[in-house]
Amino acid sequence: MSAPNRNRLASGGLIDRSKPLAFSFDGTDYHGYQGDTLASALLANGVRLVGRSFKYHRPRGIFSAGAEEPNALVELRAGARREPNTRATVTELFDGLEATSQNRWPSLALDALSVNRFLSPFLGAGFYYKTFMWPASFWEKLYEPVIRRAAGLGRAAVEEDPDHYEKATTFCDVLVIGAGPAGLMAALAAGRSGARVILADEDFLPGGGLNAEAGDVDRQPAPAYAAQVTAELASLPNVRVMSRTSVFGAYDSGTYGALERVSDHLAVPAPFQPRQRLWRIVARRAVLAAGATERPIVFGGNDRPGVMLAGAVGTYVQRHAALPGQAMALFANNDGAWRGMLAASVAGAHVETIVDVRTDVAPALVAAAQARGIRVLTGAQVIATHGKTLRRIEVATATGRERIAADTLAVSGGWSPSVHLTCHHGGKPAWNETLAAFVPGTCPPGLTVAGAAKGLFGLGACLRDGAAIGAEAAQALGFAVPAPDLPDMADEAFALTPFWHVAGSKGASFVDLQNDVTAKDVGIAHKEGFRSVELLKRYTTLGMATDQGRTSNVTGLAIMASLTGASIPETGTTIFRPPYTPVSLGALAGHHRGKDFRPVRLTPTHEWARAQGAVFVETGAWLRAQYFPRPGEKDWLETVSREVTAVRSSVGLIDVSTFGKIDLQGSDVGAFLDRVYINGFAALAVGKARYGVMLREDGLVMDDGTTARLAPEHYVMTTTTANAAKVYQHLEFCLQALWPELDVSLASVSEQWAQIALAGPRARDVLARVADGDVSNAALPFMGAIEGSVMGGVKARLFRLSFSGELGFEIAVPARHGAALAQALMQAGAEFGITPYGTEALGVMRIEKGHVSGNELSGQTTAGDLGFGRMASTKKDYIGRTLAARPGLTDPDRPSFVGFKPVDRARRLRAGAHFLKLGAPPDMANDQGYMTSVAYSPHLGHWIGLGLIKRGPERLGEHVRAYDPVRGEEIEVEICAPGFIDPEGVRLRG
Amino acid sequence: MRIPCPYCGERDAHEFAILGDATLTRPDPAAPDAETRFHDYVYLRDNPAGAHEEWWYHANGCRQWLRVKRDTRTHAISGAVAARADATSPRDAA
Amino acid sequence: MRYSFLSLLANGLSGQSRWTPAWRDAAPKPAYDVIVVGGGGHGLATAYYLAKVHGIRNVAVLEKGVIGSGNAGRNTTIIRSNYVLPGNEPFYEWSMKLWEGLEQELNYNAMVSQRGILNLFHSDAQRDAYARRGNAMRLAGADSQLLDRKQVRAMYPFLDFDNARFPIQGGLLQARGGTARHDAVVWGYARGADRLGVDIVQNCEVTGFLREGDAIVGVETTRGAIRAGKVAVAVAGSSSRVAGMAGLRLPIESHVLQAFVSEGLKPLVDGVITFGAGHFYISQSDKGGLVFGGDVDGYNSYAQRGNLPIIEDVCESGMALMPRIGRLRLLRHWGGIMDMSMDGSPIIDRTPVPGFYLNAGWCYGGFKATPASGWCFAHLIARDAPHEVAGAFRLDRFRTGHLIDEKGVGAQPNLH
Repeated sequence: MSAPNRNRLASGGLIDRSKPLAFSFDGTDYHGYQGDTLASALLANGVRLVGRSFKYHRPRGIFSAGAEEPNALVELRAGARREPNTRATVTELFDGLEATSQNRWPSLALDALSVNRFLSPFLGAGFYYKTFMWPASFWEKLYEPVIRRAAGLGRAAVEEDPDHYEKATTFCDVLVIGAGPAGLMAALAAGRSGARVILADEDFLPGGGLNAEAGDVDRQPAPAYAAQVTAELASLPNVRVMSRTSVFGAYDSGTYGALERVSDHLAVPAPFQPRQRLWRIVARRAVLAAGATERPIVFGGNDRPGVMLAGAVGTYVQRHAALPGQAMALFANNDGAWRGMLAASVAGAHVETIVDVRTDVAPALVAAAQARGIRVLTGAQVIATHGKTLRRIEVATATGRERIAADTLAVSGGWSPSVHLTCHHGGKPAWNETLAAFVPGTCPPGLTVAGAAKGLFGLGACLRDGAAIGAEAAQALGFAVPAPDLPDMADEAFALTPFWHVAGSKGASFVDLQNDVTAKDVGIAHKEGFRSVELLKRYTTLGMATDQGRTSNVTGLAIMASLTGASIPETGTTIFRPPYTPVSLGALAGHHRGKDFRPVRLTPTHEWARAQGAVFVETGAWLRAQYFPRPGEKDWLETVSREVTAVRSSVGLIDVSTFGKIDLQGSDVGAFLDRVYINGFAALAVGKARYGVMLREDGLVMDDGTTARLAPEHYVMTTTTANAAKVYQHLEFCLQALWPELDVSLASVSEQWAQIALAGPRARDVLARVADGDVSNAALPFMGAIEGSVMGGVKARLFRLSFSGELGFEIAVPARHGAALAQALMQAGAEFGITPYGTEALGVMRIEKGHVSGNELSGQTTAGDLGFGRMASTKKDYIGRTLAARPGLTDPDRPSFVGFKPVDRARRLRAGAHFLKLGAPPDMANDQGYMTSVAYSPHLGHWIGLGLIKRGPERLGEHVRAYDPVRGEEIEVEICAPGFIDPEGVRLRG
Repeated sequence: MRIPCPYCGERDAHEFAILGDATLTRPDPAAPDAETRFHDYVYLRDNPAGAHEEWWYHANGCRQWLRVKRDTRTHAISGAVAARADATSPRDAA
Repeated sequence: MRYSFLSLLANGLSGQSRWTPAWRDAAPKPAYDVIVVGGGGHGLATAYYLAKVHGIRNVAVLEKGVIGSGNAGRNTTIIRSNYVLPGNEPFYEWSMKLWEGLEQELNYNAMVSQRGILNLFHSDAQRDAYARRGNAMRLAGADSQLLDRKQVRAMYPFLDFDNARFPIQGGLLQARGGTARHDAVVWGYARGADRLGVDIVQNCEVTGFLREGDAIVGVETTRGAIRAGKVAVAVAGSSSRVAGMAGLRLPIESHVLQAFVSEGLKPLVDGVITFGAGHFYISQSDKGGLVFGGDVDGYNSYAQRGNLPIIEDVCESGMALMPRIGRLRLLRHWGGIMDMSMDGSPIIDRTPVPGFYLNAGWCYGGFKATPASGWCFAHLIARDAPHEVAGAFRLDRFRTGHLIDEKGVGAQPNLH
């Protein structure tokens, strides 16, 4: 297992040969070393075929050494941890790593769908828009399922993701993005000033390009220099170096999104550690030092395994001591690529041929190459490649064509600065003719760009620029920056002749390798008029793959420009959307999943209710007791009917703490309530409560509830559970924005008070045993509200209110006494058979009583619709009054609130059924309204309903159809008044 | 997006709820054309692409309503003041 | 060129050399019978139906950029007709019927795919609301099925049924709902309109209106003045700005809605699913990307981009619904400018300004409406009377109180 890898150099590189790591790819076992990526380890083991392309299923090899990788996508890990589409080039090797190739069947070597290659002449850009239309029904049945199965890349895990994710927020003065030469120096300059600095780098080893650099920096090997700077940064208390952390998005007000891969380099996360952590980094300034991405030249057969970016070859050789092949060639248009290959040759790579499109390559470079025994062909182009994986390249020179043996072809067409984050606020990059590249345009506020990301392609220039930009960022925030000690480096001249596409290529020439977009596809788009960059992208899918076109966008644009005769900037710019690199959905969700998706609010009596055997139900964020089943009850209906009957015949209790409770104090509360409720409150006496209806300014009902006056300048309001926050916000708006002159102070006290409703003919008997004072009808009449105490001194508010229609009280105590109050009431009521009831029984009783609730307070109903028309005062202005008078809201034809009974009393009613006149055909024109709420009334012995029907109150006694086709039901119902029980209200006044 | 709350300091916008245009004034309900005025107040908006003054409510903070000046093209926030003028503090960024 | 197996074959054999432009990149003429401002799906569909149904072919579509670069190219591609209110449902059902014949009509495969849309419910009240909706759909001639938990589990066994904070109780299924390839809809209508003689003029931004008295008789553009018998505006996202040039204030605010796509995957989600306990909807494109979205960010915006809180909120809902997607990755997110109207429903109407016709206020629901919006807007322009299924989409409904508020949240556009 520790035998040297086949293609591994004996020495050098930033791998630890004493730490071998076992891994498998497609079931075959290999080993690499600490410091490898999956890609470098595969190359060191001589694995060249790693994937299949998206459309034609062509064999593909490792193309790059970074996040731009279009080809080497694997399914990493297995089972519930399977991660499809994982780039081998940025996957840190760990012991036991398991990777599988994807988008192939039955195997990577023998892929059935590679037959698509032979159909490729017919499968050009946009072919699917022109066919599969006949007959229409075949799309869903035949064509699309086949396309869907063939498309896609990797497979999602079937099971739930077993790992955890975290989210965190942090703040800094200067965020430096990227720890290459420019980023390290920027962080150092800012860090030495005392500014709070975060240096975030996607790699596991800070240094960026320095780690693949053959030369010295500051009289030491470049990687050692990177390590030295990193060590100093780590020693500064005001600097935080975050490796394995990709800053993926620039959002507003200096907020950056970043993903920290806490455990991805481990087989499984350590105990209590998340797999990944989402960071929101709020930075006063940011320095983008994300480097640049090399781009290829497009030529025939440029997708064959063995064709690789030249810089990637350099990285594998220098950093990983891994040789991508044994016989290498270079195809380039720039000097930088030559220098990289010469350095690789010195390091031990077998570089045999250099092909350059230029005729005027610097003689010194040519001489240096020839001195190493490398054959040089200038003014030449690679027009084709051969071999299952690369064996030979075919080169056209001034004198003819020639096949040259090579198992690795390094390609370089120049470099594209990584401007991605500069585009995240809509900034468009600008074209730079000299570099033949897009450089940053308008950047997000507070962000400046340093080094290669802004088009500086020399190491010395990047180091100097990083230091300068880092210093500038810190100085802008008022930090004094000491003079930097920069390594003395002279850069060699940048020399590049733009060259995009070998026009005389043989075979398919791929622009976008992952999505299989060829130069010919760009030609089709041109012929069909999809010429602007946006249309080109959308029509051909160029740049839409998981690499977001890092190595293809500019080339595609250049080829289109050459077809139209326009310049590249006239043809368009490539803009990038976040995220910079793909971000797992798990990290963006954090721990908000499963039961922890949203916080749970529990009532003060939750544990007590649980002990009583309650079944709970989600009511917004609350969990409330829905009903309390007893042994022997056959279903919820039996339980609920028992609870209702107990209340109506004796006494029951329910926790109503979930209602919104708002404390109002001040000399103008009465006037304020008059302006927010449709009915009058100014005359409400101390010690009394009143029911009120609130409108929105558009005249529709917002909420209802009661408000009690506890003292001359002290009121307490209740709202519905659902609208508690909304009403509070509304009241604060009215006070702060509309009527700041009113002397009213608000406080939400929903959490501070537990509130229990006690209802039934024996309610007073029970309350009398718990309350410390007089609760007789005289002391606490209907709609009375008094402050007092219960249970021998617990402060309490006692309200004589009824939702059930029975004699009822609501008792509020400080929340911590809620459970004790419930127990005390149970004890006091034991002799009356006091029964805890849940939200279901509450609902049944309110329907029996004909009260509106959430289903009726739908935001689509007016006070008039709900029968509150006469409550509305005509003597005052209130929110919503003016617009409630609009004809559309006062139309007598509007569906209005009434009750319903099944004509056949044995039939069940269903909420959501629509009303039709008897005999009317079921269509929209005959739709008369709908059933809002239904319940089985144990009191009446049949189902009852509430609903809204056109001119309802004028039609009492009429029979209509309740039409419910989604449940296959239709039933004749009788319209009735909405109060089914004690309509005169004798019970609640008892 | 971060809002400089005059009470709480700069906070992320997710702590706030927004109501929209803060330049509108609730009409006089006694005006003869009150219904038209209320229609305009409730429904019509300038909806500018550019400088916008808008109501934000610090729901998960001080529960104060703020007038925030923000550019709808860039999301750049140039200031925030409390709805109640007498409640502004020296930290007021506007 | 008509698309057929034969045309594909011929081009395959000729090295793809015979294709011709799908539509002409027209230069503007001095005058037209009708100018449609806005080269999105709605504008192009309007022009197409003006020519096809009403025989009005002297029409130009003016687009400030390239066609389909606004919301037509930025949406989550869902088609459905599952509305509840009588003002809406017949319109969207008409749109669905047009979708069902669109590709044959246009000779363009827009990948209209009726794989179904399932709205999940998590409480009794939500179930009742969906029953109300499903019944309304039936009344309008649409299809709907109310599924229980077991039936939902049979369709999508991998949803979180067991550990959910808000357990799934069932769902409302519209089997005829689904998705369509948004760009192809734009291109199909453009090609169809072009073939009927419509001029599609790109990179032509309207900068003002030509007036004669009160009436609008043409437009000023970055490519010169163009006269027109009628000017019809379908520029959702920019409606207030364009209407403002005509002196109109609209009941509309512009808001950002974000959309998301994952890396490409083998088939995982067949139809469209919407989560009922959070703002989240998801489908999977034919290419394999999960396409999903949620709520608007909430603030007025013309920036075509949003912020992390909503991104996180959407992914939280996604993970709560389908916890197997944790290791899948978000590939891109972007924002569109929504024409959020004050009751959440659109406007297709004449305006107080003679000669000026308005199609606006689509909120985040414009894509599915594309065919019917074009159909009804063309009808309105040609006949100066609203089409029967769009009769409720009046501009003056806010004045009269004939609101079409599906959600019942009132005049707060960011809540619709």
